[in-house]
Amino acid sequence: MFYREAGDFSTTYREDSQTFPIKFDRYRYYAVLLIAFAIIPFLLNDYWVNAIFLPFLIYSIAAIGLNILTGYCGQVSLGTGGFMAVGAYATYKLMTAFPEVSMVVHILLAGGITAFVGVLFGLPSLRIKGFYLAVATLAAQFFLVWLFNRVPWFYNYSASGQINSPERTLFGIPITGANTEPWAVYLFCLVFVTLSAIIARNLTRGAMGRKWMAIRDMDIAAEIIGVNPLTAKLSAFAISSFFVGVSGALFFSVYLGAVEVGEVFGINKSFLVLFMIIIGGLGSIFGSFAGAAFLVLLPVLLKNVLVTGLGWPTDLAAHLEFMIVGFLIIVFLIVEPHGIAQLWRVAKEKLRLWPFPH
Amino acid sequence: MPDQLIYAIEVFFNGLMAGVLYALVALGFVLIYKASGIFNYAQGVMALFAAMTLVGVMEGQVPFAHLINAVLGTKVHHFGWHLPALVGIITTVIVMVILAWLVQRIIFKHLVGQEPIILFMATIGLAYFMEGLGDMMWGSEIKKLDVGLPQGINLWIDETTYNIFDYGFFIDNLDIVATVIAVTLVASLVIFAQYTKEGRAMRAVADDHQAALSVGVSLNFIWIMVWSVAGFVALVAGIMWGTKSGVQFSLSLIALKALPVLMLGGFTSIPGAIVGGLIIGVGEKLFEFLVGPLIGGATENWFAYVLALLLLVFRPQGLFGEKIIERV
Repeated sequence: MFYREAGDFSTTYREDSQTFPIKFDRYRYYAVLLIAFAIIPFLLNDYWVNAIFLPFLIYSIAAIGLNILTGYCGQVSLGTGGFMAVGAYATYKLMTAFPEVSMVVHILLAGGITAFVGVLFGLPSLRIKGFYLAVATLAAQFFLVWLFNRVPWFYNYSASGQINSPERTLFGIPITGANTEPWAVYLFCLVFVTLSAIIARNLTRGAMGRKWMAIRDMDIAAEIIGVNPLTAKLSAFAISSFFVGVSGALFFSVYLGAVEVGEVFGINKSFLVLFMIIIGGLGSIFGSFAGAAFLVLLPVLLKNVLVTGLGWPTDLAAHLEFMIVGFLIIVFLIVEPHGIAQLWRVAKEKLRLWPFPH
Repeated sequence: MPDQLIYAIEVFFNGLMAGVLYALVALGFVLIYKASGIFNYAQGVMALFAAMTLVGVMEGQVPFAHLINAVLGTKVHHFGWHLPALVGIITTVIVMVILAWLVQRIIFKHLVGQEPIILFMATIGLAYFMEGLGDMMWGSEIKKLDVGLPQGINLWIDETTYNIFDYGFFIDNLDIVATVIAVTLVASLVIFAQYTKEGRAMRAVADDHQAALSVGVSLNFIWIMVWSVAGFVALVAGIMWGTKSGVQFSLSLIALKALPVLMLGGFTSIPGAIVGGLIIGVGEKLFEFLVGPLIGGATENWFAYVLALLLLVFRPQGLFGEKIIERV
């Protein structure tokens, strides 16, 4: 009824190969952008931004990054937390060393530095495959966290070993530090998320994305048809780490403001982002958003229902959350290995035929 | 003999003991991996869960006490008995077997033929679930586990070495007991795999699932058996580590310690797990002793991983693993 291709004619190649070829999809996309940019900022308060929107947006970027590496290129990484830490500490060093430069530049540079580190730890992927590689990326996770914990230069020799984000402004509006407005930080992150999603979507549609997917599906066969595994794998590591680094930078500077590396960027963060892309859907940009939304909302929901609603102690609710997350991972792997994104695809197929299925 | 060298020797022996414990955990991984191709990330959590169950049973805790209290508003916590260690261990073994059956029945039956990495992620999910379940059943506070194993400094070694070097080595009795138990366990597992009917069936399944099926080996039975054995190994590891440092969340992190051991030794090799465990145990202790002070200490967190990573670049299948042959 609503979801139709009929009457939607493409008259140029350009129209035919756009991201959302179906009119309904395209309008939905514009509507989402409109709501996100023009309506939500007016409705926000502190609680909504800090409990839901900021973590959702920032984890989305991390999930997009990991999805490029794991979902598109097939290289499982358990080092996401470590790479986020690189982004965070790189921003911190840049923010304190060059206070007059814009935050946007710092965050992008932090992404670049993380990309470099990512390539470094991605080098073994040329020799090691499957979960040997997954375990090898744990080396990055543990080594990087240790590095930021033990080398005082990274936290500017502060006594607590923490890093604190100093106050910085963009167009005169504070976006880091204590005096931020909810709508400002929300919009700041939203811009990064939107750009990340557009870039990632187009990269994965293009020649590079096809190479990644060829490597994922069977690397030897891909090599034989002329995909260079060196450039394909390392570019996936670089671009994935770039996004992960940007998300780590935002996570530290805009969202938390103060970070202790072992607590915030530990191995659990790596698993959390991995779960997001499994539940959301491997190899799907929409899936990254869906997974991030799901795993950000689930604890908030459980807390509201169990602790506030039923009056359970918080630790019990936390244990139940562990069980539910683990259970859902298993259910998704058994029932729908392609995650929420696949459910959405199936729903779309159904909608196309509705109300007259053949 | 210079002091530094004597200290280094002491560190070496302590590393050897720690390595045996790593090998013990790694063994659980190898067993499941060989028989079913599943890389069981949940092994560490299984050790934690087994140790918690053991403490809970011995102390007579009411399972799910917190949950029951929260839902029904009651105040139950203990049955009020204290059971001997042996009864506790037997009960826990039964629990682990039931768990193995459930895991096979509910999860991995539906995932037969999936890619290894999917199975790996399923075990991560299992690990999360069991972590929550363990805390929910028995509470998350640190518990003391005492099944009567000797603990504390071994005076005989202390005195003997003092007479020879003028410096008494500190070696924990518990570590010695752990070594003896680990060696016994490994030996009995090898004998089990080589000389019993079930062991032969297990090796057949490890070699080729379909061929094993066609000669009448029940895959289901073998898998449940292997998970049970892995559960038993987890229980032993849980008892050792739990006695050493209390039953607490960090126990589940020994899985992370065992991963580089596996990579070093090769996922498919029982001797590899043992040699890898010893190399990593000794290596990380010596590295921490010699290089640690120069670069800020606490290198144990990552040394094993980086060592394994470097080795894998030169030998992707680990020291003792089967050669990886790829075909299109």
